[in-house]
Amino acid sequence: MQDTVTDTPTAKITPEIVAQHGLKPDEYERLLEILGREPQITELGIFSVMWSEHCSYKSSRVWLRTLPTTGAKVIQGPGENAGVVDLGDGDAAIFKMESHNHPSYIEPYQGAATGVGGIMRDVFTMGARPVANLNALRFGDPSHPKTRHLVSGVVSGIGGYGNCVGVPTVGGEVNFDAGYNGNILVNAMCVGLAKTDKIFYSAAKGVGLPVVYVGSKTGRDGIHGATMASAEFDDKSEEKRPTVQVGDPFTEKLLIEACLELMASDAIIAIQDMGAAGLTSSTSEMADKGGVGIELDLDHVPQREANMTAYEMMLSESQERMLMILKPGREAEAEAVFHKWGLDFAVIGVTTDTGRMVVKHKGVIEADLPVPVLANSAPVYERPWVPTVPPQPVLPQWVKAPNGNLDALKTMFGAPALCSRRWIYEQYDHMVMGDTIGRPGGDAGVVRIHGTQKGLAVTCDVTPRYVAADPEMGTKQAVVETWRNLTAVGADPIAITDNMNFGNPERPEIMGQFVGSVKGMAEACLALDYPVVSGNVSLYNETNGVGIPPTPAIGAVGLIPDVAHMADIRLKREGELLIVLGREQGWLGQSLYQQIICEKLEGAPPPVDLNEEIKAGRLVRALIREGKVSAVHDISDGGLLVAVAEMALASGEKGSGLGVELFAYEGKLPVHAIWFGEDQGRYVLAVDPERAEEVVERARLLALPARIVGRTGGDAITLKGEEPLTLKELAAINEAWLPTYMAGEV
Amino acid sequence: MLRASVIVFPGSNCDRDVKTALEAITGFPVKMVWHGDASVPASDLIVLPGGFSYGDYLRCGAMAAHSPIMRDVIAKAKAGTPVLGICNGFQILCESGLLPGVLMRNASLRFICRDVHLKVETDKTFFTSCYRKGEVIRVPIAHAEGNYFADAETLDRLEGEGQVVFRYSDGEGNVSAETSPNGAQRNIAGITDSKGRILGMMPHPERLYEKMLGGTDGRRIFESALLSAVAAMS
Repeated sequence: MQDTVTDTPTAKITPEIVAQHGLKPDEYERLLEILGREPQITELGIFSVMWSEHCSYKSSRVWLRTLPTTGAKVIQGPGENAGVVDLGDGDAAIFKMESHNHPSYIEPYQGAATGVGGIMRDVFTMGARPVANLNALRFGDPSHPKTRHLVSGVVSGIGGYGNCVGVPTVGGEVNFDAGYNGNILVNAMCVGLAKTDKIFYSAAKGVGLPVVYVGSKTGRDGIHGATMASAEFDDKSEEKRPTVQVGDPFTEKLLIEACLELMASDAIIAIQDMGAAGLTSSTSEMADKGGVGIELDLDHVPQREANMTAYEMMLSESQERMLMILKPGREAEAEAVFHKWGLDFAVIGVTTDTGRMVVKHKGVIEADLPVPVLANSAPVYERPWVPTVPPQPVLPQWVKAPNGNLDALKTMFGAPALCSRRWIYEQYDHMVMGDTIGRPGGDAGVVRIHGTQKGLAVTCDVTPRYVAADPEMGTKQAVVETWRNLTAVGADPIAITDNMNFGNPERPEIMGQFVGSVKGMAEACLALDYPVVSGNVSLYNETNGVGIPPTPAIGAVGLIPDVAHMADIRLKREGELLIVLGREQGWLGQSLYQQIICEKLEGAPPPVDLNEEIKAGRLVRALIREGKVSAVHDISDGGLLVAVAEMALASGEKGSGLGVELFAYEGKLPVHAIWFGEDQGRYVLAVDPERAEEVVERARLLALPARIVGRTGGDAITLKGEEPLTLKELAAINEAWLPTYMAGEV
Repeated sequence: MLRASVIVFPGSNCDRDVKTALEAITGFPVKMVWHGDASVPASDLIVLPGGFSYGDYLRCGAMAAHSPIMRDVIAKAKAGTPVLGICNGFQILCESGLLPGVLMRNASLRFICRDVHLKVETDKTFFTSCYRKGEVIRVPIAHAEGNYFADAETLDRLEGEGQVVFRYSDGEGNVSAETSPNGAQRNIAGITDSKGRILGMMPHPERLYEKMLGGTDGRRIFESALLSAVAAMS
């Protein structure tokens, strides 16, 4: 696309050129009206990226406004590069999650790598040192011919980037579903730490200030990446490979160190990374927030390739670049820092009082646009939508029982949905920085806040099959699952970031999924005092007219006040009792049991009771801090039996840990619904027998059910009337699928 | 006392980690030395940390081996200053000729981050006096190029001179092809020079030096260095 357009920079703007820029005819009419003239080609390019769905949130904005974004601990909500929350003692956590779906499908290694790089820049541009990375990945069905290649490329791309930069990847989630065959999801999250009095923002306040470019040189890569990310896929999408950027983690590492070094001084007024839409969006957003104009001379932009046009430079998405507004007279000091780290540094412009963005190149004015219009004139659509009608609940009695519960467990543990993710997370350095105290494989990753006794707990979750059945309830569930995962390690949940991955919003049923999802999120966040402080929307995740399962990935951050009092899922002592906390209804609708054992997903997803979640969460955190539980695990995918088995497997390598004797269930529900139901609001607690009564009583005082379900010991999972299942066998099954699949043997 | 210096290359990313561990264990402040400097301050221990020096873009450790500071590191090492190279630091030691052999891409061709068991093959070095020979310890690895290779003659010499310090093993100390995470020749995880004063190892002892991190087996590398340095002074 760039060839046809930019080789003829004086070309008349034809309807074809407008269409190539992803603008609808009515949007172009709007542009003509706003400008009062025909745009130059560079100006058209600038508007097209600013008005892309990716940059403008034009379909989602009206709904995102309804989310709760404030709270006692929120220092910065949505609207900056990332959200900021207060961790006490002058510490702040800065975090965000962002998608890199389309690039990763086209070029998995670079697509995923630059996704990680981009989200880290969003975080350190605000003054934080990145301390933890996570990722939420959705691939197509394992039998799809591209899946193996995509898993391999995405995982090594994430590792290749994060490992080199030296930020531990401490958590994440992976799903396989045919709904992602033609459109995988790669959502990367980064969490950083800063001091509350050293947070940097992007408002270019002040006139006559130097506009400084630092980092890598600008090349022709990624031109119109934001526009690509806002379009549906078809069979020719592979041809878009040139719009995928190429990452350089080494430069990113240098950029982090250089930025943090300069940030220790007071030379910087504002700073922003050049992400989607590169120079265009960084300059216009910084100028708009500062209420100033900006004049750029592109002759000074460090360039990797010869003869780049203004159009190409303004739209390039070359990676590892930042834009800063410095205090006048501090250029030399700043330049010295960047040169020490071997990075380019160039003054490319100045802030003005004209309120216009003027782009000069080789003495010619290639663009002259009013900043407020550029930054704020994107269309806002109230897209028509129809609500998703959730299916009726299925009663547990209607779902067939397995031949044996432990046999069913084996089948489920060996399936792609529940098998060990070790093959993936061992390719990520999860210990660099020396503060990882909760490694991958548990409910949440935990990193110690360097030099303190505080811990930062991080997780990301969503269960797309629930959301597909009922977007509102399913998204509520995603929020509470993050909340429980943080709780289960002993953290106070603080806030979330959301990564909304949906299909084409111009279709009312897809827009309905989005609306339902936002409603569910808002309700849960409000009830839990758990605001949304940053996020990203990725729409048009469709191939040949078929949308992905709606996937609102929720990333969350919590604080462990004292890491001496935290919990993990590993069973530790023989003879302890396992207690299920929370209400048991045997909810099998949309469960993994249905999916894997019955090979048929149906019914409504499990309902969420926010009030009970709050009560259970409070009790679990209290018990952890009082040292009354030795292991805690949230019950989610697969239900109680799966949760217990995970705790047993985690207690020793290759099945060498502690087994569990499960007691017979004597209640009214079908037994398999008890073992595999996915009722929400529940945890498994491992408790010293002498304390079990107290724990049950404390739950009773909160009107929360608590039931003793088993005892730790032995080397197997035992269930009355069934052949014991040794941990060795279960571990072998659990560890086998992914490596075997990736070796091409499944 | 222990005057330790950690060399910081562009792309080093375990420099702070090893500084933190050293200071916590020895109680003495650690100096950070920039790769562009001409000399290392007088030190009882020089550490080449883990990471991706110069992006590892040519060959791991190859460019770092030719950085300005390495001339002085090599000179001081040859004059007897103990040097510890961890992960990328081990690669730099090999590339600079202070230790024999090379570290090739892992046999699996993948980056691997996990705890491994190591059999301690000698307690007669500057860095291992606090371990017992034959002891099995648990320390994490995190690398894509840790597959140690040298010709048979060199390997025989290393073995004969007691320069093989750590071997990948299972929890009981059995050494076999299955217990090697990366395909290293003879399961070699760490070697020293002939005097036992230059140690290169792929595993990261600084990552398991306190209980909170999940283990303390890495700690004694640094305790050994402190004791050896103090013993040399008295």
